[in-house]
Amino acid sequence: MWTYLHKLASPPHFYGLANTLIPWFAVPGYLLIAFGAFAGLFVAPPDYQQGDAFRIIYVHVPAAYLSMMAYLLMAVAGGIGLIWRMKLAHAVAAAAAPLGAAFTFLALATGSIWGRPMWGTWWEWGDPRLTSELILLFLYFGYMALRSAIDDVAKADKASAIFALVGAVNIPIIHFSVEWWSSLHQGPTLIKEGGPAMDPAMLYPLLAMIFGFTLVFGAQLLRRVRTEVLYRERRTRWVRHMILTQEGES
Amino acid sequence: MDTLAMGGYGAYVWSCFTLTVVVFVFNTWRTRVRHRAVYRDLEVRIKAVEEHL
Repeated sequence: MWTYLHKLASPPHFYGLANTLIPWFAVPGYLLIAFGAFAGLFVAPPDYQQGDAFRIIYVHVPAAYLSMMAYLLMAVAGGIGLIWRMKLAHAVAAAAAPLGAAFTFLALATGSIWGRPMWGTWWEWGDPRLTSELILLFLYFGYMALRSAIDDVAKADKASAIFALVGAVNIPIIHFSVEWWSSLHQGPTLIKEGGPAMDPAMLYPLLAMIFGFTLVFGAQLLRRVRTEVLYRERRTRWVRHMILTQEGES
Repeated sequence: MDTLAMGGYGAYVWSCFTLTVVVFVFNTWRTRVRHRAVYRDLEVRIKAVEEHL
């Protein structure tokens, strides 16, 4: 087990393995998204309160879920990098940040568009869910700015890992904000006592979208980690050999 | 046309799905461009060193 993990963390091994894994994430991911989007837009019945506007849930919820998962991944990878000094973990954290920021932006934008017909406003500053999600976007920006401000990769890894770990306190705040405080945002739909509060015809497309988004995120993350590994290992013999023999381009 | 109208919420629903496609395309494009840029930069540097040797 430890031998395998040690081998997995080896940059040349991971670089090759990631290239093999990318299509295994991307193809089922896009298929699930295609199914979920079709069923969510054309098969699921309209909501009895929100009508067809509820269909925004099929892009909003997966984006919001990934915005938090990407940050948790960043913080956990940063922590692993700090404790076990694993370079690959820092590469994963660095690669997750731009993707997490993109999904946070998507969650905020689709939430705002959904809010206009349902709440009568694009944005409500006093709302804890909206504000804590916006803070998450700023945390991603801060993380990326901090990384790019430090030239030394090892120092940038250390500083940004501490930043990600401290910022992780915002994740439970986002998740529980609708329960802790009064909010315009609706309460939990999927993860709640007694199971999801949705009809199966609405639920299955949503689950397909969530898994599909996660798999595509995984594919994009693997590709970004490969780039990070390549840059960090640019002075090593295996990268020189790979470039000269043209083995690693894709 | 009823499908496009989405019960009067068409503009909101379709703009969200369009934005999602844009974000996915941007993420994929940006990831590929960055990888190619890093790879080509290394290729040029490493081959230049090899020729010099």
